[in-house]
Amino acid sequence: MDYEAVIGLEVHVQLNTKSKMFTRVSTGFGKSPNTLTNPVVLGLPGALPVMNRDAIEKSIKVGLLLSCKIAEVCKWDRKNYFYPDMPKNYQISQFDQPICEGGEVEIEMPGDSPSEIGSHRIVQLTRIHLEEDVGKLTHYESDSLVDYNRAGCPLLEIVSEPDLYSPEEVFAYLTSLRNSLVSAEISPCDMEKGQLRCDANISIRPVGTSTLGTKVELKNLNTISGVKNGVEYEIRRQTKALNEGETIIQETRRWNPDQKYTTPMRTKEMAHDYRYFPDPDLMPVKIDPEWVNRISKDLPEKPFDKQRRYMEEMNIPYTSTSALCGDRPLCEYFEKAASHCSAPSKVANWVVNDLLREVSHSEKDQQGVNLENCPVSPESLAELVNLIEDGVVSNNVAKEIFPEMYASRKSAKTLIAEKGLEMKSDGDEIETLCAQAISNDPDAADKFRGGKEGAINALKGSVMKATRGQANPKIVDETLRRLLLP
Amino acid sequence: MDIDYVANLARIELTPEERKKFQGQLGDVLVYFEKLQEVNVEGVTPTAHAFPRFNVWDEDEPTTGFTSDEALKNAPKSRNDQIVVPKVIEE
Amino acid sequence: MTDHSEIFTLTGSELSDGLASGQFSSEEVTKSYLSRIKEVDDKVHAFLSYDEEDMLDQAKSSDQRRASGKILGPLDGVPVCLKDVISAKGQPLTAASKILEKYRSPYDATVTIKLKKAGVVVGGRLNLDEFAMGSSTENSAYGPTCNPWDLGRVPGGSSGGSSAAVAAREAPLTLGSDTGGSIRQPASLCGVVGMKPTYGRVSRYGLAAFASSLDQIGPFSQTVEDTAQLLEIISGHDPLDSTSYPTPVPSFSNEIRQPFKPCKLGLPKEFFGTGMDDDVRKSIEQSIQWYRDKGYELVEISLPTTELSIPVYYVIATAEASSNLARYDGIRYTSRSEHAENAIDVYAKSRGEGFGEEVKRRCILGAYGLSSGYYDAYYLRAQKTRTLIRNDFDKAFEQVDAILTPTSPTPAFKFGEKSEDPISMYLSDIYTISTNLAGLPGISIPCGFTENGLPIGMQLIGQAFEEGKLLSIAHDYDRELQLGRSQPSL
Ligand SMILES: [Mg+2]
Ligand SMILES: [Zn+2]
Repeated sequence: MDYEAVIGLEVHVQLNTKSKMFTRVSTGFGKSPNTLTNPVVLGLPGALPVMNRDAIEKSIKVGLLLSCKIAEVCKWDRKNYFYPDMPKNYQISQFDQPICEGGEVEIEMPGDSPSEIGSHRIVQLTRIHLEEDVGKLTHYESDSLVDYNRAGCPLLEIVSEPDLYSPEEVFAYLTSLRNSLVSAEISPCDMEKGQLRCDANISIRPVGTSTLGTKVELKNLNTISGVKNGVEYEIRRQTKALNEGETIIQETRRWNPDQKYTTPMRTKEMAHDYRYFPDPDLMPVKIDPEWVNRISKDLPEKPFDKQRRYMEEMNIPYTSTSALCGDRPLCEYFEKAASHCSAPSKVANWVVNDLLREVSHSEKDQQGVNLENCPVSPESLAELVNLIEDGVVSNNVAKEIFPEMYASRKSAKTLIAEKGLEMKSDGDEIETLCAQAISNDPDAADKFRGGKEGAINALKGSVMKATRGQANPKIVDETLRRLLLP
Repeated sequence: MDIDYVANLARIELTPEERKKFQGQLGDVLVYFEKLQEVNVEGVTPTAHAFPRFNVWDEDEPTTGFTSDEALKNAPKSRNDQIVVPKVIEE
Repeated sequence: MTDHSEIFTLTGSELSDGLASGQFSSEEVTKSYLSRIKEVDDKVHAFLSYDEEDMLDQAKSSDQRRASGKILGPLDGVPVCLKDVISAKGQPLTAASKILEKYRSPYDATVTIKLKKAGVVVGGRLNLDEFAMGSSTENSAYGPTCNPWDLGRVPGGSSGGSSAAVAAREAPLTLGSDTGGSIRQPASLCGVVGMKPTYGRVSRYGLAAFASSLDQIGPFSQTVEDTAQLLEIISGHDPLDSTSYPTPVPSFSNEIRQPFKPCKLGLPKEFFGTGMDDDVRKSIEQSIQWYRDKGYELVEISLPTTELSIPVYYVIATAEASSNLARYDGIRYTSRSEHAENAIDVYAKSRGEGFGEEVKRRCILGAYGLSSGYYDAYYLRAQKTRTLIRNDFDKAFEQVDAILTPTSPTPAFKFGEKSEDPISMYLSDIYTISTNLAGLPGISIPCGFTENGLPIGMQLIGQAFEEGKLLSIAHDYDRELQLGRSQPSL
């Protein structure tokens, strides 16, 4: 029998606030163990939580970005279970009144080739709620160590409907979600740093049926490839089981990234009884429409909306837009440069190829180049493209000098002047060189005259070679044609 | 009351004597609690706070916390500035 | 005063006056209490610990402040001791539990900071029922506190150490916490004044939580005047406690000194039914008569939900406690069982060995009330019934300015009398519990003695955040009768 998978995702995203969710101690990554703690983080006797306003504001922002319904009132509940990474042995979370309900994530599946746009679809969300993160356990041979630096950091849980149908869709969903959250400056979403974590609920059903099969919750999907491989494996496992006449039991399984298989963690019978109840230490949150309006006013454009605008209004090719649109600072850079230039699609090309190449080079030696201090300003890149467009410099020369602009912070004009690289547009000189090229290669000249259009390229090439690429190709073309076909 | 189930939820190991004693005592208490089931609470809003307010919050301005020494001073067992626990597998 | 050996008998305001007039120094005051503790605490066992050196250092600092004319307030140099659930940096906080035996608090509770800012000598740590769960202080892992009026009887609880210390003159002023009567009931049984402020009046930050939606810290003293003074110091909005209420704190000590016009007091008929001890009834009736004679109007009112308050309280308090006490797990700062071999063991054995019986009983009961399938019938239903209880009080306060009741149905009972029967123990809080459920302020004032010489307390319940008025009504009585000044012979 043929089966289809139905997958729902629970994604946990760390918000990039400066202080923790329920106390004013710093958040941070890579700090020495247990230095980002205080009585509240450690759950000492008598410590009490006070919520972080900014975390709520950021959650509303995410809700708006993902078209959720923002709650008028939401509250805090305690989720009770014992685990060494959780200082109070309850997690402050939201149970029946989450901050956002519903919502959607637009996803794009891969096109037929990298340069072709793929199909788009909306994935439905169930809810988004805010909670506190737990500490970090490191396992050793005979014991485990706990660091509470991460405990109490604001954590957003984004729960999708069972509305994904393949590992590829899961990948597309995570990519899109990450692009949105990164571009809205909600979180760096670095999976390696645990800033984005993912659990998947997976079931399969015979193709053509509509009831859901027994779901298995898959945990420990800590990298993008882990998510894809884990989900793929689990679908294969369930399909094989059903084909062999077994039944799927409702359980939680863990993905083992090294051995590449899933193993059972607990069954439905062993499921936690979380004993949720409203946290008496915290007051509820009221979100008035004015606040929501204020946040929605400076909401960033959604990445896919931006991509459509670039393609439709600015005529940027798909390949460039897909490289641009996941990266908000890059888009800002591009838009600034494009506003100073008559050929936005060429600017886009320069940004996604040449600029990104330089940035990733320099990131290796000087950490974290951010485009605000980019050695080539958007204006400077626009100037370079304009010089090409105006025929002052050839494309090849421009490509050559760009790394130097990046290294030296000099403008294109300065470098061209210093090196005498202006394109030769002097008609007489070019005419002499063209005449020379024709007489040096009469074969090509004859072929062209005989109707073979491509033969002109050989002649052009020799003119360009003679000028070390500095002859204006447009004038060379015109001149050759005039001389060959008077 | 399934005392073993609840004691496990509460992560409290009971001695056989305690288990037996509690079973009886808590049974009595639950009978006493039955009074609650007779109250008409239809349409009544639950009281979670004596004097409820909204939006009691703080700004996102970090302060410094404990040093790891301060954080671990009361710990029964620590190593490498971290709390040592018997090996746990993800639950 | 010339006889320094009797300093420890003084009230807070007398100490304040004596310090101000130079009759004695804070060091002398503190030494007087320390020697009194050494003299009688073997019998009373009000203290779990005290840091003599630290107290004397604080006293010397106070004397230096006074010498340079920079005292921080009227109680500068006066000792105030704390129930062992209130954090003071560097000091133990055991909550009378074995599980916190070795713990030392790395931070100050907000009330502790307020006391320090008022120049108070923050004193020793007082006994209680483990994690404030109980009404007799018998549930302390470190042994019970004895009632100074009869060492064979309980001091009440859970703040039994706080009430006994004042009654035994081991401290002029103490702080306790009250979740269902844990300040007022022991105050009543020990013949001292004890007050639970309005929920939200005093910050809970640094108070080891029992039931978060009910807990409040409050003062004990010999007189209402002292209680007003101490309450004034510890009150106020605290940004670290989201449930603390941002309303201004009037000067309670000034307020009670103003001329006060007799007002209307309510007598809830449900509180005067069966179950009340005859001596208690007689004393309360005399107090009612006293108020009547002073021109107060006394009217019968009804609080029909009274009998529901105990089940509502025990469902809510145990549920919250089961979650609040989950943090005492043998991992980060509490004692770990030596028999633990795996992570689950660390929890179950550390908690099984570290907690006393009543704490285990309540944590299990609380977990049950929240567990899958029972939440609606227990916790949610109790929260809804809690609303009905509050509504009853709202209605009553449309008619009257305060409510007068006995504090406890009986005087101090004997050790062991109720300890094997949880329900009868729970019933000893019948008059105090509903005040916590409604969040209202309540005070217990000594109002008489039984034929056997055991103290009896009267409770006055006030409107929310109207502690000034409540204290004035109490002070009217207390100023004249001064029953809290009578001293047990030890
Ligand atoms: Mg979840
Ligand atoms: Zn979560």
